[in-house]
Amino acid sequence: MAPQSGLARQRTRSAWVFLAPMLFVLAAVALYPLLRTIWFGFTDASLTSFGSARFVGIRNYLEWLDYGDGNGEWLGLLVDGRWWSAVWNTVRFTLVSVTLETIFGMVIALVLNQKFPGRAVVRAAVLIPWAIPTVVSAKMWGWMLHDQFGIINDMLMRVGILSAPVAWTASPDTAMAAVMMVDIWKTTPFMALLILAGLQMIPDDIYEAARLDGVGPVRTFRRITLPLVLPAMLVAVVFRALDALRIFDIVYVLTPNSPETRTMSVFARENLFDYDKFAYGSAASTLLFLIIAMITIGFIYATRMDLSGTRE
Amino acid sequence: MATVDLRNVSKSFGSVEVLKDVSLSIEKGEFVAFVGPSGCGKSTLLRLIAGLEEISSGDLMIEGERVNDVLPAKRGVSMVFQSYALYPHMSVYENMAFGLEQAKLKKDEIARRIAEAAHMLQIEGLLERKPKALSGGQRQRVAIGRAITRQPRLFLFDEPLSNLDAALRGETRVEIARLHARLADTTMIYVTHDQVEAMTLADRIVVLNKGRVEQIGEPLELYENPASRFVAGFIGSPKMNFLTGDAARQHGAATLGVRPEDLTLSAEGGLWSGKIALTEALGSDTFVHVDTTLSDKSIVARVSPRERFRHGMPVYLTPAPERLHRFDEEGAPVRG
Ligand SMILES: Nc1ncnc2c1ncn2[C@@H]1O[C@H](COP(=O)(O)OP(=O)(O)OP(=O)(O)O)[C@@H](O)[C@H]1O
Ligand SMILES: [Mg+2]
Repeated sequence: MAPQSGLARQRTRSAWVFLAPMLFVLAAVALYPLLRTIWFGFTDASLTSFGSARFVGIRNYLEWLDYGDGNGEWLGLLVDGRWWSAVWNTVRFTLVSVTLETIFGMVIALVLNQKFPGRAVVRAAVLIPWAIPTVVSAKMWGWMLHDQFGIINDMLMRVGILSAPVAWTASPDTAMAAVMMVDIWKTTPFMALLILAGLQMIPDDIYEAARLDGVGPVRTFRRITLPLVLPAMLVAVVFRALDALRIFDIVYVLTPNSPETRTMSVFARENLFDYDKFAYGSAASTLLFLIIAMITIGFIYATRMDLSGTRE
Repeated sequence: MATVDLRNVSKSFGSVEVLKDVSLSIEKGEFVAFVGPSGCGKSTLLRLIAGLEEISSGDLMIEGERVNDVLPAKRGVSMVFQSYALYPHMSVYENMAFGLEQAKLKKDEIARRIAEAAHMLQIEGLLERKPKALSGGQRQRVAIGRAITRQPRLFLFDEPLSNLDAALRGETRVEIARLHARLADTTMIYVTHDQVEAMTLADRIVVLNKGRVEQIGEPLELYENPASRFVAGFIGSPKMNFLTGDAARQHGAATLGVRPEDLTLSAEGGLWSGKIALTEALGSDTFVHVDTTLSDKSIVARVSPRERFRHGMPVYLTPAPERLHRFDEEGAPVRG
């Protein structure tokens, strides 16, 4: 690196001074718990024996249990079918809900980007599902989807779509769909708002140039709007995907104990606190972290996203 | 036959009427400039012709056909925007090709037209670049190039030079003049608030004021015979001097206008006396600002740079009698 001028050194120093409090807080509330979780994943810790936890290597992840008669079996998280089904549930949930949220969010953003009377009110109203605490909205949907008292069954039966009530959240066929629906209902506004911010960055005169070029609405969207809003949209998708991969609260409230909707976070919590397999749960949390990190890095790399803050 | 014919065109945004009863006829191949102060409706008028805004009342004819309800792309117009309006994610080549592909032109025809325009504007080396890798002047030329490739019957410019620095503005102005000479059959309408641009480029100038046409005419005609006090003050740089009160009344006018070059400055004697407040030596000319009792603004006179007039000197001003402009209370010229 070239030697810095006095001025540059001063600026670097004040940058660190300003960053220090945040770095300290981050280290205390994020880095330290993360490192501790990773450590517990390599021990035999249980809820009652934090202090006396002993290092056991990778036994929580993978272990060969020898029966002594020449036979044996593999144990541990990496061969645990329940874990891998939780991984699959999480990935499926993320793919479906983020994709649908992006599509619906784009449609809503395009509508909100048009000038019409009362636009400000509609913009605020759209945000309501996002503003409701997740636990509250999950409970609310839980009641609406209830097999006996739920308004959804009632309405569908009145118009004759259903002949008998469906236990939406309890039935294995519909539990995941119910979770996805609630998540999409809740998070589409967030997506719409981020995309709308991107849309508003596109200057009007470009659309006017396109009108003079005789470009129709569909082609204008595909060739102009979409490429220009894509960077903003990808950032929104990353945020949403990270959030979705950690999905916990909706599942926990709406469909507790359902193997169809058990996600990685739910799996980790069950082991940490319900089954008293704290070390095993820590190992699961560590893997969850690794999977999210890998997907994020892969995504950023694949889309060549510019996170440096500098313009090309 | 006129390329563009506006008949009693008016435009309102809500209850605000920004263009009032504009009638105007532009010949094929003509270069017409719209000038006027900010907010007078120049851009709006241009956008009406382009089809980007709807006409509230009146008729717009292009080559004899009423086009009020014709889509912008079908009017045969190209527009160069003040902000260039290049597609930021497309290369220079794609920017120019986009509209042509839309018009279903063949690939080699597109390539030919772009090569021709790029050659004309000397942007051949820039075709692969994105707009953000271009300087302001280069972007402006790309925007003009994009307009040329469409081979329009009517070219519309909305203050195309206002984002350029003074030197580049001068250069690009010359290029636009050359472009007009090359595309002799293409009608051009050019919006500017810079009357020098209008004077140097245009065959005819349309002066707009508060949504109305004040005067239409050739540059020198506007300069020599302004149809109103407004036009007299707007056209010409430095501005025409205006005198009111006794000096004007003696000549039978409410306002008397005299251009800086129509005043003789003398240290010995003359019609009006005053004291030099400021001199501006431009090399080719010197402008002398004289404070008088006739007006609270100083009167500007143009003198040869060889004459030495110093700050604070008492001097006399004498207008050339046949070059006086007389206006009545409404700002209309007094005849006879
Ligand atoms: N979309 C619009 N809605 C409402 N009023 C508008 C709109 N566009 C323009 N106006 C008004 O119309 C008037 C004329 O505007 P216009 O842009 O034509 O002025 P201009 O002569 O081009 O000015 P400038 O030299 O500043 O560009 C202004 O008072 C402006 O506020
Ligand atoms: Mg304008």
